[in-house]
Amino acid sequence: MKELLECLERDHTQTPEQLAIMLNKPVEEIAALIKKYQDEKVIVKYQTIIDWEKAGIDNVTAVIEVRITPQREVGFDAIAERIYRYSEVRSLYLMSGGYDLSVTVEGASLKEVADFVSTKLSTIDGVVSTTTHFMLKKYKFAGVIIKDEEEEHRLVVSP
Amino acid sequence: MNWADRIAPTVKAIPPSGIRRFFDIAAEMKGVISLGVGEPDFITPWHIRESCIHGLHRGYTSYTSNYGLLELREEITKSLHKDYQVTYDPRQEVLVTVGVSEGLDLAMRALLGPGDEVLVPEPCYVSYKSCVTLAGGTPITIPTSAENEFRITAEQLEKYVTPRTKILLIGYPNNPTGAIMSREDLEGIAAFALKHDLIVISDEIYAKLTYDGTHTCFSSLPGMRDRTIVLNGFSKAYAMTGWRIGYAVSNVEFIAAMTKIHQYTMLCTPITAQIAAIEALKSGEKNVEHMVSEYNYRRRLIFNGFRQMGLDCFEPKGAFYIFPSIKQTGLTSLEFAEQLLMAEKVALVPGDAFGESGEGFVRCSYATSTKNITEALERIGRFIKNIKK
Repeated sequence: MKELLECLERDHTQTPEQLAIMLNKPVEEIAALIKKYQDEKVIVKYQTIIDWEKAGIDNVTAVIEVRITPQREVGFDAIAERIYRYSEVRSLYLMSGGYDLSVTVEGASLKEVADFVSTKLSTIDGVVSTTTHFMLKKYKFAGVIIKDEEEEHRLVVSP
Repeated sequence: MNWADRIAPTVKAIPPSGIRRFFDIAAEMKGVISLGVGEPDFITPWHIRESCIHGLHRGYTSYTSNYGLLELREEITKSLHKDYQVTYDPRQEVLVTVGVSEGLDLAMRALLGPGDEVLVPEPCYVSYKSCVTLAGGTPITIPTSAENEFRITAEQLEKYVTPRTKILLIGYPNNPTGAIMSREDLEGIAAFALKHDLIVISDEIYAKLTYDGTHTCFSSLPGMRDRTIVLNGFSKAYAMTGWRIGYAVSNVEFIAAMTKIHQYTMLCTPITAQIAAIEALKSGEKNVEHMVSEYNYRRRLIFNGFRQMGLDCFEPKGAFYIFPSIKQTGLTSLEFAEQLLMAEKVALVPGDAFGESGEGFVRCSYATSTKNITEALERIGRFIKNIKK
């Protein structure tokens, strides 16, 4: 049920009761569907988007372009797995174009990220080269504008 | 010197908008949750705003044809044909107006002579009756009721029609009730219009916000195209209220007459808004779908909330308003709205602001976040419980 998933993707804190009213379905059906989606890992995980900068907690993010040599039978997957198992890796995508993997790494400092790249990532067998881009500012993440300046300007009461 | 004496009698005779006073109180208060807003809480989709910015970059800052940009008129007729299979000539049968408000004013001024009567079902949008009066006509109000889901029937209209009746003015989906009229309902009205040779002005600004069934454009009914002036616009469906852009479609003569007034009083609708409207019609459908489904979720949430509270409430099928009855509280609409605002800081609009038959009801807009709706419902529930004690 696409509508239910869209509602949950936007705000997973809505209760099954509220979702049932909004989607005009029995609450039992909604609760069962949510459970099914969780069990089947259609709903992978519930997370919170935090503006760390606003919270006053510094961290460093880098997007690293990685070129690798694909391996017989497993292609890119085996190397990808060796990379995404690191907790520093926040996201990993196989890309088309000039490089193979896009790796997003987060660390507490520039040094921490640099160490990860030089000692962990680039030393993996099959990794041919890395190009590290440090992120300077986060504008939009997971469909959410981080510092949304589009305030409400409507009158309190209007016809 | 008493300057008030110098004001034209017609203007003096018009009561000030019932919403105004309420707005003044609510605007001063902090922490108010407002269910009193008659416009979308969405901001105009970015691609529409961007098209306007691009237009400014290219130097589009001039007047346009009185009728509006031809490209926009063509898009309007295309969309009317696609949605309702009704055909208009973009060159002569479309006028781009400064919102439906201007369209309504033009239609009345173009058609009414002194003493001509206009049938106006109530509750209705606040400017309907005043526009009739300002144009020299006489509004004849027709009360509708929750029992009949705030619809009108030919049988009921028959009681109010006289030899002076010239126009029937309808607005469905309705502000403030959220009522809609099905195709069958409208066919009865069309037969009535034909029988009495009436012109129908149909304000369809909320057409795209129809949740139960599909909207029927009045002029798409057999024999109604030339007899009808359809007023519509971009404010509600595309969240473009502040752009002030709408349109009127009708037969060549009516549009020419309206354009005559428009060219002397308004000249044209701002070109910036017209450029944005073209983009809205060309690529805004996905945004409309998204907003409509959001409103629909909220509609169900707020309807359920009022029902749980034990208030008599008709299920709204269109627009973004719900119109619960507050008669059981023993308060008038205005008392209810004022006391609720003071006690619980929830702003809504007393039903009598939309005509006498709105007394005993309040208009709540659900064009606000689900969080606000949930919180407002909690506060209203508490307020009602305290009254009953």
